[in-house]
Amino acid sequence: MTETAVTITRTVDARGSFCPGPLMELIRAIRESQVGDVIAVYSSDKGSKIDIPKWIEKAGHRLIALEVRDGYDEMVVEKLR
Amino acid sequence: MQRILILGGGVGGTLTANLLVKKLRARIDRGEVEIMVVDATGQHVYQPGFMYIAMGGERAANLERPERSLLDKRVTLVVGKVAQVDDAGRVVTLEDGLPLSYDQLVLATGSRIVPEAIEHFDTEAHHFYTAEAAARLRTALDRFKGGRIVIGIAGMPYKCPPAPLEVAFLIESELRDRGLRDRSTIDFCSPIGRAFTIESVSDMATPILETKGIELHTFFNVETIDAERKVVQSLEGEELPYDLLILVPPHKGQQFLMDSGLAPAPGGWLPTDRHTLLVGERPNVYALGDATDLPLSKAGSTAHFEAPVVAERITAAILGRAPAGKHADYEGKVMCFFEIGDGKGTLLQFDYDHPPKPPKPNQLWHLGKIVFNKTYWHTVPKGRV
Repeated sequence: MTETAVTITRTVDARGSFCPGPLMELIRAIRESQVGDVIAVYSSDKGSKIDIPKWIEKAGHRLIALEVRDGYDEMVVEKLR
Repeated sequence: MQRILILGGGVGGTLTANLLVKKLRARIDRGEVEIMVVDATGQHVYQPGFMYIAMGGERAANLERPERSLLDKRVTLVVGKVAQVDDAGRVVTLEDGLPLSYDQLVLATGSRIVPEAIEHFDTEAHHFYTAEAAARLRTALDRFKGGRIVIGIAGMPYKCPPAPLEVAFLIESELRDRGLRDRSTIDFCSPIGRAFTIESVSDMATPILETKGIELHTFFNVETIDAERKVVQSLEGEELPYDLLILVPPHKGQQFLMDSGLAPAPGGWLPTDRHTLLVGERPNVYALGDATDLPLSKAGSTAHFEAPVVAERITAAILGRAPAGKHADYEGKVMCFFEIGDGKGTLLQFDYDHPPKPPKPNQLWHLGKIVFNKTYWHTVPKGRV
């Protein structure tokens, strides 16, 4: 995966929040965004990198990237509908 | 004279006030310390009982008592709604304009439901988060002769996380008793990827859902209610038809906390230290119960175990010593009963570092919950348990 061609529309910094906080914050951001927007989510909760991609698939959006950072995970999602 | 001002006369506010009296009695009697509780109605409501209005023959009148009757006589009670907190000036102003200064402030302001956040919620969905709504749900269940029941959660966080699962289990049990189970379906909708936020509880509840024939829909975040077609639709694109719709309404913190700059919008939950229960970097403002942003159940039990910590830390500040003993810090302790139906229950007991290990459901834990509910007035608010 690469980040080079992606422009992040909005960043949700949910570090320090516990499950299901990061997912709920992403859902709120998706609700407030337009189709085509790209949202980056930062989460330090270890369950997020499993739960959030599953939710993205169920909700019909696109996971562009999942990167392990220093002490947190970054997931980048494009709103498709 | 130092004033400890406590906003909210629920479990957290009432218990904190009474515990402070036990710790500071001599200073209160000498006029050096005043403890004041501000409550919007002056009535203390036992909210966990609402579910039993819908499911267990409970009466609303049994769930409410005057706050004055639960407070030690040394505590001053002011009945009024808060308009603003000026933390820089250390003064709280009530809606009638009365200013109340403070040295230590306790925010035990609870949460509020906002069903109006979802169109058609009021006319289409039932819930059990007020006595009146629970009574309406009871009437709807009495009239129910079979069909599709959908139970879901229309916003997180919400009060008493096990409650929607409990209601699903209890309704399934009731439908069997009434001979309606074969003519009914029950769908349970969870906003996350499993039945319950805590994995070990989800692992316990999921096989029970399967055994009872309750269909679990994960990642179902309620988006709209189509009143004409009688379907509830999720953000994820799923829709479920219903004859009886039961939804936990969205919850928020108090508006005046957002207006006063203490809690961020749109949720209005107070940023609270998980161990000291201090709000933000403020040295003299505490939060407990539903009002906090802590990753814990919004439940009376949480406030019950937080109140001794708030009382100890305020006492230490007033006496000029460090917080000491087993209540110096909050470790995330919560304990609550969990109804399974058919006269059985289990127990959820956990803290920040130890997830719950629910025992096998049996009649004892169900009876434990009933006894706890009946004896609440004489135990929890007065600090006897």
